[in-house]
Amino acid sequence: MSDGVGLRACRPCVGAIMAKALVKAKERTIHLALFVCALVSIVTTVGIVWVLIKESLEFFAHVSPIEFFLGTKWAPSFFPQHFGVLPLICGTFLVAGGALVVAVPVGLAAAIYLSEYASPGLRRILKPTLEVLAGIPSVVYGFFAFTFVTPYVLRPLFPETDIFNAASAAIVVGVMIIPTISSLCDDAFRAVPRSLREAAYALSATRLEVSTRVVFPAATSGIVAAILLALARAIGETMAVAIAAGNLAKLTANPLTNVQTMTAYIAQKSLGDTPAGTIEYQTIFAVGLTLFLMTMAVNVIAQRVLKRFREVYE
Amino acid sequence: MVKVLESEAPARRVALDLPLVRIPDRGPQREHALPSSERVIRAEQLTIRYGTFAAVREVTLDIPSHRVTAIIGPSGCGKSTLLRAMNRMNDFVPSASVAGKLFFRGEDIYRPGFDPVELRRRIGMVFQKPNPFPKSIAKNVSWGAAINGYQGNLDDLVERALHQAALWDEVKDKLDDNAYTLSGGQQQRLCIARAIALQPEVLLMDEPCSALDPIATARIEDLIDQLKAQYTVVLVTHNMQQAARVSDRTAFMYMGELIEVDDTTVIFTKPTQKKTQDYITGRFG
Repeated sequence: MSDGVGLRACRPCVGAIMAKALVKAKERTIHLALFVCALVSIVTTVGIVWVLIKESLEFFAHVSPIEFFLGTKWAPSFFPQHFGVLPLICGTFLVAGGALVVAVPVGLAAAIYLSEYASPGLRRILKPTLEVLAGIPSVVYGFFAFTFVTPYVLRPLFPETDIFNAASAAIVVGVMIIPTISSLCDDAFRAVPRSLREAAYALSATRLEVSTRVVFPAATSGIVAAILLALARAIGETMAVAIAAGNLAKLTANPLTNVQTMTAYIAQKSLGDTPAGTIEYQTIFAVGLTLFLMTMAVNVIAQRVLKRFREVYE
Repeated sequence: MVKVLESEAPARRVALDLPLVRIPDRGPQREHALPSSERVIRAEQLTIRYGTFAAVREVTLDIPSHRVTAIIGPSGCGKSTLLRAMNRMNDFVPSASVAGKLFFRGEDIYRPGFDPVELRRRIGMVFQKPNPFPKSIAKNVSWGAAINGYQGNLDDLVERALHQAALWDEVKDKLDDNAYTLSGGQQQRLCIARAIALQPEVLLMDEPCSALDPIATARIEDLIDQLKAQYTVVLVTHNMQQAARVSDRTAFMYMGELIEVDDTTVIFTKPTQKKTQDYITGRFG
């Protein structure tokens, strides 16, 4: 009798245990699937770095790092070959620096307007509109630089401007990174406590004085981080630069001439018919590694600065 | 019945024996006008709305010159809103709208074209939580004067203001230290020094002691008592003992309406409104 009672009690019990096991298995599968997805990005990154380093090592077996990093002539396709990367770095900084010259004042002014002046309604429209600038394909920017900025803006002002020139690329890349600066700076400005603004207003400050003498200094680290992240984007930008800045590796400070950036060089070589395994082919990876290290350094510094800024206000 | 009112009042104490007679509720009191020569600020049928909600309703109130006027009332009664209307700090709340009139020295400060920046130079404000700038102690005090184009010697100004705020002796050797190194009470006195460095005519104080411990509170209360020699003070507080200790006049607000305003001794001993009596005896709020 007592057995029967035990059995009857047990049947639903078994069902419950099986259901539980099923749930557990399902949970585990999902867990694993998510882990694999997360792994994909890590594996990709490691793979890229691995390839970059491997091919670069072969390159550096033929060319000394001293020649590569200190040489002032870049001519891997002509004889005698030259492998000094400085002209490419110079081209990159001419474009990226020029882009900052355009983007920092405009981006900061836009951010101040968004956070201190614009009404909430206007802000809701303006901020996403500005961010659209970042969503336009960069080939469009490149084409715009080539067909509009150079012939209709630069040449009327400076007739000696080359068809391909660093300045036109710098201008469009600058426009491209305005949203990065304005959006991040706007966030930084809005993180400045309201009580500080009130203190300033109560001391008879105008809106401009509050913006420039209270909000701006209190958000300095956020501003620096925003500029660095924008710089990293500008350094890595390829398509617009490859179209507009030209393909002539040259150590120059003149933005009105044809230059070649690291990204443009990589794009040009990768599209061409460079045979794998040659030293020309390996230059792509050596330049790529240099580029990778530079953008990573800028990103790491930016994250550091941003982290410090978060500690102050949150 | 009066246990709420028994406190360690340092400065002055108002006799707090309350009449036991029942006071009839005669509805909100609308008028208690002062002669115009004595008043600095006058609200006339002032209504302030946040969206459609009226936080302050048809308040008519005079603020007398060189006196401490306390505005008391339970949380959400509109006392801070009324105070922040007096230097137009509510301008920064997008949903706020104002009806009625608010006069400062006979001039309607809500008329079109009135300059609120100049108004705030003449009406200073101290906030609930100390809010010094992340700058040095000296820079905090001189900030307002510097942006307003002060011509005199800033060091003298800083010293004078810190003396007046009873902070000089504590900070005179570390004027270049960051203001955040000070204690909460010191920071609040620094904020008072910062406000009076502009030599305003009126000082608005929005629950200036609510974030402070009792000793720091006592120091600020002593300071308020000294300040009225030079400034007109309007003090918002939810602390009735504080109002009783430091104010000359007390206004009691409830649900956005001004229920009663009179000399502090009268409000705390012979209130004419039942709501006032209920509040000061601790029956609600």
